[in-house]
Order: sequence, then C-alpha cells, then structure tokens
Amino acid sequence: MYGGVSEPVTMLATPIRIEYEFTAGLAQSRYLKGIAEGRFLGQRCPKCEKVYVPPRGSCPTDGVPTTDEVVLGNNGIVTTYCVVNVPFQGQSIEIPYICAQILLDGANIAFMGLIQEIPTAEIRMGMRVEAVWVDKKELGPTMASVKYFRPSGEPDAAYETFSEYL
Amino acid sequence: MAESEVLRSPHVIEYTYTRSTGPVIGAFLTGLRDGTILGATSPSGRVVVPPTEYDPITSEEVGELVEVGPAGVVTTWAWASVPQKDQPLDRPFAWALVQLDGADTAMLHVVDAPGPDAMRSGMRVTARWRPAAERIGHMLDIECFVAEGSG
Amino acid sequence: MAAAGGGRPVRPVAVVSFAQSKMMRREELRNDVEVLQPVIVDVFEKIGLSKDDMGFVCSGSCDYLVGAPFSFVQALDAVGAWPPMRESHVEMDGAFALYEAWTQLQEDDIDTALVFSFGRSSISELGRVLTLQLDPYYMAPLWPDPVALAALQARALIDAGTYGEADFAEVAARSRRDARNNPNAQVTGDKTAQELLGDDYVVAPLRRHALPPITDGATAIILAAGDRARDLCERPAWITGMDHRIETHALGARDLTISPTTRRAAVGAGLLPGGGEGSGTGGVSDDGVSVDVAELHAPFAPQELILRDALGLGDAVVVNPSGGALAANGVMVAGLVRIGEAASRIMDATAQTALAHATSGPCLQQNLVCALAAEPAGGRR
Repeated sequence: MYGGVSEPVTMLATPIRIEYEFTAGLAQSRYLKGIAEGRFLGQRCPKCEKVYVPPRGSCPTDGVPTTDEVVLGNNGIVTTYCVVNVPFQGQSIEIPYICAQILLDGANIAFMGLIQEIPTAEIRMGMRVEAVWVDKKELGPTMASVKYFRPSGEPDAAYETFSEYL
Repeated sequence: MAESEVLRSPHVIEYTYTRSTGPVIGAFLTGLRDGTILGATSPSGRVVVPPTEYDPITSEEVGELVEVGPAGVVTTWAWASVPQKDQPLDRPFAWALVQLDGADTAMLHVVDAPGPDAMRSGMRVTARWRPAAERIGHMLDIECFVAEGSG
Repeated sequence: MAAAGGGRPVRPVAVVSFAQSKMMRREELRNDVEVLQPVIVDVFEKIGLSKDDMGFVCSGSCDYLVGAPFSFVQALDAVGAWPPMRESHVEMDGAFALYEAWTQLQEDDIDTALVFSFGRSSISELGRVLTLQLDPYYMAPLWPDPVALAALQARALIDAGTYGEADFAEVAARSRRDARNNPNAQVTGDKTAQELLGDDYVVAPLRRHALPPITDGATAIILAAGDRARDLCERPAWITGMDHRIETHALGARDLTISPTTRRAAVGAGLLPGGGEGSGTGGVSDDGVSVDVAELHAPFAPQELILRDALGLGDAVVVNPSGGALAANGVMVAGLVRIGEAASRIMDATAQTALAHATSGPCLQQNLVCALAAEPAGGRR
C-alpha cells in the first residue's frame, strides 16, 4: 500500500443519467386515450376470452395478440389491500393510506389503485368501489386522470366471486 | 393506429452510484487525489495500470503498488471530433490508451491536442493534473494528457 | 465430434426454426412485446409447434436499453407463460441465451427449447447505455462511446501494418451489397469501397460506413434434439459444438488487434485443433477454420478482419451473406441473428457447414462460436 499520509479514498460516486423516449405501443396508447376520455378500456384474448386491463397487446397466458377492445365501467371490487404506514423516498401521498388491488366489473385481472374517503380501519376484501376522476377539462392520457377509488356504497362482493383473482 | 396516435413521453433514468473501492482501486484513486499515478505489481512481474486486484492475464493476486508515469506513450488513439455529453473535454480531443513509464498495460484517457495531425501512436504524453484542491479521488483528477514538452 | 466440457460427447441438437422481424432504424408504433409477438408466432408456425411443446425458454435482452427493470418479464407476454414454464434469461445478446438453451438440452430430460431476443436501440441514447457496461471505476466515468472504443481498435489495427481504411471500406461495401439479398436487412447499398472512402470520419479512423446502423428488432430460434429435430425439419442445422470465451475487461491490458478468445472458442467448438495462439495481426493461417459459410458478428468493419484472422478463414469461406451487423445491428439481437442466418444456409441447402459468431463487450471482449453442419456428427477434429 502506498505510504501516503492523507485519508484514503474508499468510495467512488458516479452520477448516471440516460434519457429515453418511451413509446407506449399500440395497446397502451389505446388504453391511455381511453383514460383521456374518462373510461377504462380492456382487451379480450380471443383464445381464453379473458379481459386484461390495462391491456398489453398480448395475452400473458396464451401469447396471442389481444385485439378486441372492451369498455369497462367505473365500479369494481377490492380483492386485497394493504395500509401503507411507512414513509419512503418519493412518497407523494400522506400516510397512512390504502393501496388496493381493484378488479373492475368485466375484467379478469386486478390492478393497483389508491383508496380514499374511508377510514383505514374499515377497508376490507370484497368492498365495492368506484373510480373518482379528475374534472373533465383536466383529463389526459395519464393515470393521474384517476384521482382514486372510493366506496361505492354497494353491498360487498362475496369472497367466491373474486377468490380466483387473489 | 397512425404514428401520430401512438403516445410517447420522455423518460429519464438518473442515479448516482456510490461504490466502495476496496484497497487496490482505493489506493489508486487516493494516489490520483494526491497527484500520483500508481500501478500494481503482479507476481509475474507485470505492472498493471490502472491497478486491478488480480493480474488480468494470469489471475494472480497483485502485490505492491508502485509509482508510474506521469508521462508515457500513446499505444493507440482515436479522434473525437464531436465530443459527446459528459466526456472529459468539451472541445475536439483524442481518446488514447496511454502506457505510462513503468507500466506494462495501458490506461484509457484523453489527450488534449490541437487536431488529429498532432496525434500519432508512439508519441509521448504527460498528465495535466487538475488543481490539488479540485482533486477528489477520480480518474479525471487527471484532466487530460498533453504532448510531452507542450506544457 | 466436439466435446462439451469434461470430454463427454455432444448430444445432437439442431436449429429447426428461425424467425426475425424486418430490422429497422426505428419502430414507430409498437413496444417490445408487440414487435416480438409476430416473430414468436412465426417461429412456431414454421414447424407447427406452440409454446406448450417447449421444454425450456430462454431470452436475451437488456433492461437499460428499454429503461425499465425486469423488461424481459413483460416480454414473456409475447410467448404466454402459463402453465408455468422452465425459463431463463441473460442480460446479453440472444446468442448467449441460445448457448444456455443448448447446454440445458445436453441433459436428456427435454427435447425442445425456444430462444428469443429483442431490443429497440432507437429509444435510448445507445452510446451512453453501452458505456454502462464498462469498468465503473476506470472507464465509464470518462463516458467513452462504443464508436470511440472501436476506433481505438481500428487505429491499433492500422498501426500493426496489415490493414488500412481501404480494407475497412471493402468490408462495408461488400456487406451492404450482399444485404440486398436479405429482405430483413436494414441497410443496403451498392457503393464501392472507393466511393465509401469519401465518407466523413465519425471518430477517426472510423468513417460512417464502418459503423453499424442503429436498429430496432427481434428474433427467435427453436432448438430440438435428436429425432425430434428430424421430425420437425427436413434439413436441421445441427450444432456440432459451441464455446464462449472472455477476455479481461481492462482494455489496456489486451492486444486489440487480435481475438484470441474467438480462436479459443473455435477450438472449443471443435472447428480447430487444440493449442496454438491466434495468427496475429494479419495473413491467413494454414491452421484455419474450414466451413462453407461464416456469419461473424462484427458491428464495426475492422472487427471482421480481426475475426477472419483469428479463425483463419480462407477465401473460399463465404462471410456474412446476410450482410452481417453492418446491415442490421439490433443490440441484443444481432448475435442470435448470426446463428439463425448461418443455420438458414444449412436448412436451405446452400451450405453443408457453417460457423456463427457472436460478441459482447467493447472491442470483441467476449466471443461465442457456434459450429453448424448438415450432419450431426460433422465434427472437425
């Protein structure tokens, strides 16, 4: 080891920055345009007939193109959830908050969404929810167009109706 | 769907990687901060610059670090007529592999030269150091190399 | 017959199907899954199989190219990963995924494998992405782009005295002329080497023609073993050997004018007798690979010359009839395409023997050689 008297260097910091042009592709572009129009669009697999939302252009089970577009409603079921209590870097929502898997009526796959307008102690599996959109003039091809989901007031869904999606 | 309908958006990945150096790379970077270039001696006698923990050819663990350079020979070079983002110089320059005096391997760096006509393999170059206060333990503590004797 | 590690005989495995997308500068509409899907459909349709017939699936791709972690997981949507499959992935060119699949097939419990790779170089700052593969302490902080590194290698080759810019231009001219016969190639041309020498330097001594294009694309290959291969394909392209060798990542510790790892990989693949160093900086060794066709993954024109010398390819060998990486260079894709193109020459009966080469890392740091033949026992020892 070189006999220098200074404090040795033990770490090297290297900043990295890479810029990309993200392209949504065909299926996701259709989905985001639907969002900009205030509605959820899914795509159905011609083979297994499942409806995927957001659509990815291909059925992840069968590996075939999903081309049939399906308009889904605003309501769905909380299949499962968690209550976030831990602060983390980049957090934009005040804790505690509820993060849930939401199965829209007519869809065969749940997606993640924020639940608001309910005390965290009252969230439960099977609760029916509805989407809350931003004002019409603020709609855009971005998931920020959906503010959150809130209880719809409908009776809870029976466990058997969503258990296969857990 | 027409091309105009496909959605695009800019996307940036940005992160500062902070890596531990270990004793060999750490010693080299410490040397740079202190204005010295070090190489590692392998049991087979090869002096590896910049030093690796193991001889790159024989895989033997390296031993002592020794001072090399600060001048040496350009073993190959290329002319960057349009410097790219984050490259060491913002004016046209030469990339070079520089085999420093006392070293058996060459180090990648850049040569500040007036043009490609001033470059040739075999030419001698010497390190132009950043001011001591600006050196942090980084390859670019050497700002660049310049033709020996050119100051 | 070449030995696979430990001297055991190689289980006969063949390429039975190959598909690729039309290579292009920029895919305007589709994302990776949507580009890959028709290629997967095509590779299966050619032999009437489906994903349910595959014993193993392996892909090659690079998350940094997409700018998203685990992007290769999403890519499996194009295949359909249910029921759960035996699957693997390499953050490398698909050629190395094929090596893994071939290795898996050396065990007897599966008979078929799907290999695929994809990448859209157009969406990122490709030079910066590739810089991230370099030594993070000594090289990456200077942000040398791949053209700069290849240019250092080109200058070293010129200094060694055997090749010059005119030779680089000849490789480029020939490649793009030949690419006119390849409907999937991206860059074709009919300029002479002399005309190409009028191109501007990008990073001297490399002129524009000596560089690969930036390419978006995807490709897939199906491998099958023994009788399964014979059932699926009239003329399977048998893999008689495969090997992959790596040089040090310390660029200044390498002789950039030769490719000893390509030579060692050719020995390992059974295409050359063991022992002996590379032929050096020029000239054809008497001790050279003798095949009808060689598809060499040389993204930069001077690299083809280095690879030819390392393999000792004589004038009788047809090199890169597809146009090679100078005609289409899908990062993560072009190496697997070399295997597919070489295999295609056997499957379409224009060749009896072939060699496919793939590279990874700066300046031919890693090299894979795949030996192919119309007969399974076509070893060269």
